[in-house]
Amino acid sequence: MSTTTQPGPALQVEGLAYAYPDGRQVLYGVDLTVARGERVALLGPNGAGKTTLALHLNGILTAGAGTVTVAGMPVGKKHLRDIRRRVGIVFQDPDDQLFMATVRDDVAFGPANYGVRGEELERCVVEALELVGMLDAIDQAPHHLSLGQRRRVALATVLAMRPEVLVLDEPSTFLDPAARRELVETLDGLDVTLLMVTHDLPYALQLCERAVILSDGVIAADGPTVDVLTDSALMARHRLELPFGFDPRAAMAARR
Amino acid sequence: MADGSHGHTLYFHTHSAVHRAAPHHKVAALVGFVLVVVATPREWVAAFAAYLAVLVVVIAVAHVPFGYIARRMVVELPFVVFAVLMPFVAVGPRIEVAGLSLSQAGLWAAWGLLVKGTISVIASLTLAATTEPHQLPGALARLRVPAQLVQIVTFMVRYLDVVSSEMRRMRIARESRGFQARSLSSWWVQARAVGALFVRAYDRGERVHLAMLARGYEGEGRR
Repeated sequence: MSTTTQPGPALQVEGLAYAYPDGRQVLYGVDLTVARGERVALLGPNGAGKTTLALHLNGILTAGAGTVTVAGMPVGKKHLRDIRRRVGIVFQDPDDQLFMATVRDDVAFGPANYGVRGEELERCVVEALELVGMLDAIDQAPHHLSLGQRRRVALATVLAMRPEVLVLDEPSTFLDPAARRELVETLDGLDVTLLMVTHDLPYALQLCERAVILSDGVIAADGPTVDVLTDSALMARHRLELPFGFDPRAAMAARR
Repeated sequence: MADGSHGHTLYFHTHSAVHRAAPHHKVAALVGFVLVVVATPREWVAAFAAYLAVLVVVIAVAHVPFGYIARRMVVELPFVVFAVLMPFVAVGPRIEVAGLSLSQAGLWAAWGLLVKGTISVIASLTLAATTEPHQLPGALARLRVPAQLVQIVTFMVRYLDVVSSEMRRMRIARESRGFQARSLSSWWVQARAVGALFVRAYDRGERVHLAMLARGYEGEGRR
């Protein structure tokens, strides 16, 4: 599982359109390029197609029109296995992701699918759990953990595959402030390209230097997160609202 | 969930030789024991006494209180009712017991059903009380149970809690809106709730599958 560096951006989406089998069209030509090591927040109102877009990035859904390219490889049958290793998706509900009887088995599931065995597998598991600070829970059953802990273990199950691109679907939902902060610290320490799907605008500001708005199935805005969040006309047009009393400029100033 | 109140009401947490025994040995022992019990002719009353004595010793060694097992034996109740009815409905020579006319064949059948059922239920509860649910899939795999079946058991063990707590939350939400399951008409509500739960469980199954695919799963069972 070597991370061979390939030319080109980490992620490139061009003219991506998609309709569900029942005919409901969700994406109408999405263009998005994410450079290596970049952290991008994918914002947008409910039902804008954020999760649908995320599921195209590792070929779970196949583009109706347009292309998705990961590290220079087109997402399609030919490279599917390789792409799913390079692009790790952490799903919104950790109970969907954690399905094994113990944390160890669950974190081992991904690398084992790629033929990692024995001591190397164990090392993979331990490393990933250490990264998220959950090594103590290695022998526990996932359903005995708190939600914040389960979310961190779900992150570990993906990190164990050593992905180059990490896609997080609403990582902060239902977390208490301490668990939110711990997750920020964990994500901050990772050396990966990050695409974070979220409604949580302060979280987007805290973690991502760049934000894009997906609205009505197209990319409606793309720029530095602080600029996007302070453009009140743009925000209002796409049903995005800052939490009461939150001032992005003040928050950025306070961080420096 | 975070407070450690686990849903596994069958497991009795303590330390004993029986708890420590390899799960696949325990599963194999249970299956063998139950087969022997079921195959014993019901007229061999002394043999059943011996089986019960074996169980009593195992439970005592496992430090599981007898009351703990006894309370969980209510699962057997439907069979007990059936067994009690047998002497009344079976045909053949009858005998008088306390003024009741009972069928002899029915009495033997009831005895056989009760004693074999009870001993098997006690044995199963003993396994459940001394083995954590998440140890079972591994035990079945070591006993060469087909991988697909083991996977199904794994999923069941993993999601039983999730689905039952989903069911509990839905019930609490219903009751919070003033619903009380009293009259016959409330069965419609219950039926719809079960339907909704099924749809949610099915959806979750699909999302779990997606999450597995996203980690490179290609349909074959590992191990």
